[in-house]
Amino acid sequence: MHSFGYRANALVTFAVTILAVMCSLASLSDNFNVPTPTADVKVLNINWFQKQPNGNDEVSLTLNISADLSSMFTWNTKQVFVFVAAEYETAQNALNQVSLWDGIIPSKEHAKFWIHTTNKYRFIDQGSNLRGKDFNLTLHWHVMPKTGKMFADKIVMTGYRLPEEYR
Amino acid sequence: MGWIGENLGSIRSLQTRQSLTQAVNLGLVVTSALILWKGLMCVTGTESPVVVVLSESMEPGFQRGDILFLHMNQDPIRAGEIVVFNVDGKDIPIVHRVIEVHERQDTREVDVLTKGDNNLKDDRLLYPYGQLWLQKHHIMGRAVGFLPYVGWVTIIMNEKPVIKYLIIGALGLMVMTSKE
Repeated sequence: MHSFGYRANALVTFAVTILAVMCSLASLSDNFNVPTPTADVKVLNINWFQKQPNGNDEVSLTLNISADLSSMFTWNTKQVFVFVAAEYETAQNALNQVSLWDGIIPSKEHAKFWIHTTNKYRFIDQGSNLRGKDFNLTLHWHVMPKTGKMFADKIVMTGYRLPEEYR
Repeated sequence: MGWIGENLGSIRSLQTRQSLTQAVNLGLVVTSALILWKGLMCVTGTESPVVVVLSESMEPGFQRGDILFLHMNQDPIRAGEIVVFNVDGKDIPIVHRVIEVHERQDTREVDVLTKGDNNLKDDRLLYPYGQLWLQKHHIMGRAVGFLPYVGWVTIIMNEKPVIKYLIIGALGLMVMTSKE
């Protein structure tokens, strides 16, 4: 009844239970945080725009991305993954999402940022539909916690348009 | 002589009873673990509701030994989600982020491209030669929750089988010798 094994078992069970309860509470406390992020993306330049030999359109952009994501950080936040995707519809595809740039924000101090960059990943269409195409730029974020549930959301920015001709 | 025989008999019946109880207890532990696992499979809709991160490709978000909870439903796959997928010809599932999605107008089928946050290049190099996209059937689930470090138990057991057998042996011994 009061053997060493019995006591060790009780102690370990109790410790693990407390740890599990604290992890769930930490994760649940994230729900009380209501983030109010702001973002703005400008297309500064179309560097080049052409049709690949295999028939897919490809475009290179210069972007200016500024955002303030500091309201997302809570005590349970390990990092925020943020990316900008071009989103558009074509005759063939109901939705195309192409990630253009991404970054990892390790702490609240780095959450207010401003970056001037060309697209980090290639912006290639499935087919040749990009001439004169209206598209959205969407800033997505993915909050990765120290423990528990992950959160994700986005800000959609509309009104971008690619040129009518290749260049 | 009769007295000894009587006692021996009662001890024997006690022992049978005790070992029967132990067998039933062991069976209960094993079946409840199985029920829990299968129940999780039903609730989450994926074959493996829990996966252990084995590689460094998603650092610093997910480190080796962290545990991910998966979920799968009919919602379409979207960019930014962290999915677990199987490529043909490889046994080990991969946990990476979706960076590109093309969803067909008519059939609603999706072409998906993935990349590890810590990798420089996208995953086309991991896919079989000539495969450009992942389809829905490659994807086992999307990661919804996260628990650090717990997966080290399985990593250690898989890499040092001696420890696994030692633990199983010790547990077996405890079950057999324990009373009550």
